[in-house]
Amino acid sequence: MNWRGIWAIYHFEMMRFFRTLLQSFISPVISTSLYFVVFGTAIGARIDEVEGVSYGAFIVPGLVMLSVITQAISNASFGIYFPKFIGTIYELLSAPLNFIEITIGYVGAAATKSLFIGTVILATSSFFVDLEIQHPVAMLAFLLLTCLSFALLGFILGLWAGNFEQLQLVPLLVVTPLVFLGGSFYSISMLPPVWQTITLFNPVVYLISGFRWSFFGLADVPVGLSLMAIGAFTALCVGVIWWIFRSGWRLRS
Amino acid sequence: MAMVELRQVRKIYDGGFEALKGVDLDIEAGEILALLGPNGAGKTTLISTVCGLVTPSSGTLTVGGHDVLADYRAARSLIGLVPQEVSLEPFEKVSNTVRLSRGLFGKPRNDALIEDILRRLSLWDKRDQPIRALSGGMKRRVLIAKALSHEPEVLFLDEPTAGVDVELRRDMWEIVADLKARGVTIILTTHYIEEAEAIADRIGVINNGEILLVEEKASLMKRLGRKELRVELDEPVASIPATLQDRSLRLEEDGRVLVYDYDTAAERTGLAHLMSELSAAGLRVRDVDTRKSTLEDIFVGLVHKQEENAA
Repeated sequence: MNWRGIWAIYHFEMMRFFRTLLQSFISPVISTSLYFVVFGTAIGARIDEVEGVSYGAFIVPGLVMLSVITQAISNASFGIYFPKFIGTIYELLSAPLNFIEITIGYVGAAATKSLFIGTVILATSSFFVDLEIQHPVAMLAFLLLTCLSFALLGFILGLWAGNFEQLQLVPLLVVTPLVFLGGSFYSISMLPPVWQTITLFNPVVYLISGFRWSFFGLADVPVGLSLMAIGAFTALCVGVIWWIFRSGWRLRS
Repeated sequence: MAMVELRQVRKIYDGGFEALKGVDLDIEAGEILALLGPNGAGKTTLISTVCGLVTPSSGTLTVGGHDVLADYRAARSLIGLVPQEVSLEPFEKVSNTVRLSRGLFGKPRNDALIEDILRRLSLWDKRDQPIRALSGGMKRRVLIAKALSHEPEVLFLDEPTAGVDVELRRDMWEIVADLKARGVTIILTTHYIEEAEAIADRIGVINNGEILLVEEKASLMKRLGRKELRVELDEPVASIPATLQDRSLRLEEDGRVLVYDYDTAAERTGLAHLMSELSAAGLRVRDVDTRKSTLEDIFVGLVHKQEENAA
């Protein structure tokens, strides 16, 4: 393994992040606060507890997931798309690096950034609601796996994208709807039975459900199933990336 | 064993375009090889197959004895690449981007070495500037610094002086000479014959994906480096004066211009003699002009020869 090469990519990507640290820090704080003002105070006041949890606290896991997923995707996709766009990708492809090392560098950095933002959101939330985390280890595991798997997905998008429009397309048209409809702001049990069944085809449901379980001990789907779903998703992404680098698709001619 | 060996390397792109048609090439350790060729000749494809940017369709390539596909880590560790396009992260600092290159090649951080490289390339003062603040010439230097940062034994320079000013071109040549003195094997592509002439040990000519020849510079220049002297006369003449008959002169432009072909590499070009003979023959000279055989002329010649050989 070319560990120094991995570190070089990771470090370079993180430097970019630190250059804009203030923005990276402030924007999630503001957006989280806005969500709490709108959903927590304005609407939440009219909603009673959801399965014994105050609505304000109930939306915290979904809110964290929403940001973490979006950030992981955008950071990872931009991270690898930008070198492709400006041409510096030549250096990665001519360096003694294999696909695993390049992926670890970029995905690791994107996952770290989104983990940081997730943590900022959790911290911000604690100013608005009383948070209890029943299973902290599981919470961390779910958070890490989500950062990782969606950074992998973002990495694939960045490799695939041929222009900036395509880079935005999938997050906008696929990921954001899936996350919003994945129970970020409601419990699946609130839906009519038909929609409950349909919702189960949304992979994000398993993530948010598992993550919420680690906070409050209540879940829409069994926790084991949640873990399996995210594990399978991660494996699928790694497989796709392996194929892309092996075939040189959109990278080497 | 040559430092870089290509055996029957072919590259057919997805569209069916055959960019390399079975190239054989040996590049010896420590030499400077200039690859001359017009646009689209296959120069960049050739370099890219060695560096791992393009996968060859068939054939074998080794660098330092390591196969570039099977043993890519060992092969690529030896190679530095300066691409034709100036591709750099605009917002990154010079020193950071050079350090990144070293890291990518798995080398431990070495600030003294990076400083030395930046100083040699006159980039040290610019080390903390973002790349977008640099001039075009400085950006090219950054590309070279990046390629040198991991101490390559073989350096590929893909048209390093395309579109740079004369001064920078000279600097570039000096940098290349300095690298050669340090034992680095250098392969550069260019379509300026002057450039090949100025710095190369051997010259390879490539056209339509085929290497037409690889030859020592001195002997090639002797064969190909023809120059023509054009003497514009005050008064047109009907024929070449008898005293000048034994020189191979031609009359052009209705007797207004005398053309003399000579060999720049020859020990005696006979120019001084010719001029005195002209005045002895009573011809008054209005102007003189010299024209060097261009790369294009050389190509036409080579391609013709190739066709004749094939026939």
